[in-house]
Parts: sequence; structure tokens; C-alpha cells
Amino acid sequence: MKNWLLGLTTLCSIQLIIGQTTNDGSLTGNMETTFQYLNADSLIGADQPDSKGLMSSYMNVFYRNGNFKAGMRVESYLPRIQGYPNRFDGTGIGMRFIGYANDYIDITLGHFYEQFGQGTALRIYEDRNLGYDNVLDGARIVFKPTKGVQLKGVYGYQRYSFQNGSVVNSTGITRGADAQFHLNDLIKPLENSSLDITLGASFVSKYQVDDDPDFILPQNVGVYGGRADLRYKKWTMNAEFTHKENDPSADNNYSYNAGHSAILNVGYSKKGFGAVFSAKSVDNMSFRSDRTKDLQDLLINFLPALNKTHSYNLVATLYPYATRPVGEIAFQGEVLYMIPKGKINPKFGVPVNINYSSAFLPIQSTSGINANDSTRIGYVGTPFNKSDSLLWHDFNINVTYKFSKSFYVIASYFNIALNNDVSKISGDAQGLIVSNIGVAELGWKINKNNNLRMEFQALFTNKIDKVNEDQTISRVSNDKGNWATIVAEYSVSPNWFFAVMDQYNYGNNNPELRLHYLIGTVGYLKDATRIAVNYGRQRAGLFCVGGVCRFVPASNGLTLTVSHSF
Amino acid sequence: MKKIALLVVCLSLISSIFSQNDGKKVPSVQLTDLNGKPINTANLSEKGPVVISFWATWCAPCKRELNTIHEEYEEWQKETGITIVAVSIDDEKTKAQVPLYVNGKGWEYVVLLDPNWDFKRAMGVGNVPHTFLIDAEGNIVYSHTGYSEGDEEKLLEEIKKLKNR
Repeated sequence: MKNWLLGLTTLCSIQLIIGQTTNDGSLTGNMETTFQYLNADSLIGADQPDSKGLMSSYMNVFYRNGNFKAGMRVESYLPRIQGYPNRFDGTGIGMRFIGYANDYIDITLGHFYEQFGQGTALRIYEDRNLGYDNVLDGARIVFKPTKGVQLKGVYGYQRYSFQNGSVVNSTGITRGADAQFHLNDLIKPLENSSLDITLGASFVSKYQVDDDPDFILPQNVGVYGGRADLRYKKWTMNAEFTHKENDPSADNNYSYNAGHSAILNVGYSKKGFGAVFSAKSVDNMSFRSDRTKDLQDLLINFLPALNKTHSYNLVATLYPYATRPVGEIAFQGEVLYMIPKGKINPKFGVPVNINYSSAFLPIQSTSGINANDSTRIGYVGTPFNKSDSLLWHDFNINVTYKFSKSFYVIASYFNIALNNDVSKISGDAQGLIVSNIGVAELGWKINKNNNLRMEFQALFTNKIDKVNEDQTISRVSNDKGNWATIVAEYSVSPNWFFAVMDQYNYGNNNPELRLHYLIGTVGYLKDATRIAVNYGRQRAGLFCVGGVCRFVPASNGLTLTVSHSF
Repeated sequence: MKKIALLVVCLSLISSIFSQNDGKKVPSVQLTDLNGKPINTANLSEKGPVVISFWATWCAPCKRELNTIHEEYEEWQKETGITIVAVSIDDEKTKAQVPLYVNGKGWEYVVLLDPNWDFKRAMGVGNVPHTFLIDAEGNIVYSHTGYSEGDEEKLLEEIKKLKNR
């Protein structure tokens, strides 16, 4: 109720301000509503919810008038759709803020999103597709006293959940400050230099009462770090190092170790060619405003996974990888080269893209350390001190060949390995799951408005020894075995699209589970409105955006989505 | 009772806001371009109409849309004087790949980075791709979500309509 009143007061104040100016201001926003009707399907482990129907909706409204701004979001879970946190329920205000901004100051009261540098100290953001939202409720000030200087301050409580139609906040408070300096604006000799330098520093702290009966826990935990962003002609380099003070939590088993995160990116690019190399070291770096929480709840910082975000279904959803916050050393390299027109294709350039990423367990040295002494410091973690234990690797290559303006083929190959013993992703697998995946995509523009696109995907997993009940050993496929997928998408621009996808788990070790997961979609689009209906079977999987993943259970039924932006 | 009265008053005021359809302006958000230069989104259309297209390196239809327009961009510019602003919503995980992709493909668009989705949120974008047409006064005159081959023709029509207005 309190939230409703605050939101209404916000909107009332908007209206008052409209009344005072001749300019009517500007309003933007969007809404989305998703309805599901689900059937039970015992073969794939899909249950029918008691209510049979599920519905999640939200609507954002942002208002601006001159220097004034305000906004709110109403959310509704009746109850929430599959894959969202199961504690979301009710209808109410999920976000509201008022603010004022001119050329040198920007003040927000209420909810706000923010990122310091690369986000390893603080990243407050939302992804509605995942149901992820760690928004801060409090105050934010951004101050630009002079050209090239930007200072930020944030203070607030993080959103933890949405229950009975209102936001539930974290018990711990989060606050931080960030400063960024563009040296070329501040130092005369650099003014016209082709070397461009930006430096930044962050400090973030959380406060949570120590109510633990066993340990004396630090109630205030600080994280601080610095960053540099350099550009020279076709080169770019950026680096960020963040240190965390001791932060005993459920994530690190209440260890009193300090933590760190270090990220380095070096890139070179020119027309037709580009390469980038990245390296990352993470140790004991999960940072939450409530030390008892896990999964994706109440994270203050963001540790980007160093691997390519794939979009083909079998590649993206079966074996995705997210950073292991308690410790990993990771590397990534990517090259894009456009074979010039005329070399192997007389009419078009041929882009070739190669990407490799890997992640390893760090060496956590315990020599000379008594893990059971009163310091509760368990090991020494040195940045980039990697072991040989592989957590993940991904080699992939893709080539696009255009035969004409209306027909193209994209051929891709992926070799992905995931250590299921450490980063558990499947209950059916053991050890390293190695998959080889081939994808051919064909696009055919039939005429001005009609277009057909098809994908043929095949995935093969490695063989492992399995000990049977009678102690004999048989050679079987790891995890769920081999898969084949066909996607066909037909669109009639600008209003209609039709799609069918069949995923066939033909290589499952259990013959009863060699199932087709068939799903069909019909969509209607008009300008900024989209209505889509799909019906069919969806396998359980990890749905990931930007390295943040949420498990979505298997389902069988109808999903209707309506979205509109205004 | 007082609370209910307040509710009724507010709701009527809110409904009067929603009835105002005109004057949807591009909100002011500070982003950076690929050279690290700060750009205020409210000033994008200072020199004439622009198309703002939200995309990401991991979004296949977004890339198809921008690559298709890329082939005809020179013609579009000659004919209509339009500038295309490609706003990448890649976050820190994939942001380093943006200049690689843009230069690799030889895009001549204005490319902006929106890693924490501040501009995406302010523009009411749910999913990418999402494309907006902005007139020289900064008003949003047309927008389209999703992309399938041929949608670029509709966009070009809208650009021409705006030019002849």
C-alpha cells in the first residue's frame, strides 16, 4: 500500500509540473504481457501448475519535462510464468523514481540503475526476460563539475524480491562512489594527442548487521578498485582491477579471505579486420548486500564471463557458461576477417569469424596456512595464478557466403567443453562434457516481402564409461547424448512470421527419452507492437543473457506474448 | 476515505497524461561512441533526421537488419540525407567485440555503446532489434520492433515520408 501511495504521489507531482509549464513534456515506455497455459507431460518432466494458467506482465512509463524526470513500472505475477523466481506474486509498483538533471548535475530519488566502470565493483541492472532486477532504492547523484570529470554517488537498498504486489528489499544497505577523469580534457599537452586516456576509481561498501551466533562478522565490507581506458589509433586497451575486503558469506563458506577481480581487454580493428584478446582473474569475488543469499540474488557487482554469447538454440542453451565467482582464470581471443570481394566470391566479401575461450581453476596456495586457526584465512590467491584444471573451453568458427543478394549460407562449427564436476549443469553427466556442434543456416529472400530462413543443427557429445548395476562397464554418450535440430522461419514483411522448430534427442542413452521437442510459433507485428503465440514442447534448459543464466523447467503448452512500446 | 479521494484525483490526472500523444522526444542519456567520446542522445538529430537502431553482437536479426541496410546505406544517404545510429546494448561480457564487428563489416554508422541499458530502458525497448525514426526536432515519428527481410523497405518509405513532410 505504501508503495502505491508513493507511486501515485510521484505521478501527481509530474502532473503538477506539467501544469506549471507550457511544454507538455514527453512520455515513453513499454509493456509486455506473457500468458501460459501448460499441460502435464510426464515424459519430459513438465508439470501442470495448479492454476493451469500463468501470467506475468509489466509496464514502464518514463516522463520528462525540461530538466525534470520521473518514471515507474507496474509489475504483475498471477502467478509468475515458468522460469521466473517462484517467490514473485501479486500486482504492484516495482520501480518508481523522480529526478532532476541539467548539464552538470543529475539527481535521482527512488529506484535507479547504475554501473561503475566495467561493473566488477558495482552493477545495478535489470533483465526482464530473466526476471533479474537488483535495482537500488535510495538516492543517486552524478556531478560533472568541469569537462572531462564525472563523479557519482549512490546509496540505497537493493531489490530482493516481489511479493504480495510489492518490492521486498535486502536487509543490507549498499553505497558507493565513483570518479572518472578524461585526461585529454584536463591536461594541456594531451589535448590533441592521438593517445586518449580515461582513468577511473570506485569505492563500494555494504552494511549488514552481524546476527550470526558463531562468528564475529564484519558488518561493513568495502570493495575498491581502479581502471584505465586507452585508445591509440586503431588500438584499444582497457583494464580494471578491484579488491574486496574480507567478506565471509554463504558463497565462500564464511572464509575471511580477501578477494580480487582483474580484467584486461586489448583490441585492434580496421576496415575488414579485427582482433581482440581478453584475460580475467577472479578470486572470492561474489559481493552481495546479504551474505546469506545465493544464485542470482542481491549481487552488487557483475563478473562478465569471457566467452562468446551464442544464438543458435543447441549451442546457446545446452552448455552455457557463467563466471565462477569463487575463483577462475579465463582467456578469450577473437578474430574477424573479411576475405575481400573477388578472392573466393566474385560478388561479395566473405566474413570469417574465429573465437576461442577457456577458463581454469586458480591455484589457491595453502602452504604455511592453517585453515582452522582464528584468522579463518584458508589460502593465498594470486592474480592469474592458474592451474591446469579446465572449467570450460569453446572453439568456434563461422563463415558467411552470399551467393546473391537474395541467398546466403552461414556455416558454423563449435567445440565446447564444460566441466560438469565443478560447474554443474546436468545431473545426467559426468566429468568433462565435450560437444561438437555443426550448424548450417540458409536464408532465401523469395521476393520483396517473403523470406525463408532455415537452420540445421547437430550436436554430438563425448563417450564415457558408465558402471552398470552388475559392475560391468558400458560405453555411453555423456549427458543426454546427441541432438539434431531443424528450424524453419517464414516471414511476410512487415507484419507476419511463422516458425517451426523440432529438437530431436535421438542419441539419448535411454530409448524412452529419444523425444521430439516440436514447437510452432505465429507472430504478428505492427510498428512497435508484437503479438506471438507458440505451442509445443520445450525442453528444460538454461536461459542466459549476457552470462547471467536462469534455469527454465521443461514445459508443454501454449504461450501468448503481447508487447508494445510507446 | 482520504486515501481513496487521493487515488481518484491522481488517477484522473494520470489519465490526462496518457491522452497526450504528441511530442515524444528522444530522452537525454549520456552514452559514448567507439572513440570514447561522450554523446548526449537528445542531440543526435541536431543535423537532421536519424534512425536509431538498437542491436547487439549476439542478436542475429539485428545484425541481418544492419548488414542489409549497410549495402544500401550510400544510396539511402544520397536520396534522403538520413544518418543511422546503431546503439549496441552489449554489456561488459561482449562489449569488446563491438568495434571488431563494426569495423570488420565496414559499417559507416554512428555506433554508440549502452552497456547498462540506460538508453534502451528510457526508449521503452523491450527486446532487440528495435528501430526508431527521429525527425530533426528530436521527435520519435516511427518505430518498429523485430526484423525480417523486407522491413528495411518500410523503414525507407517512412524516411521518405518524413523528408517530404
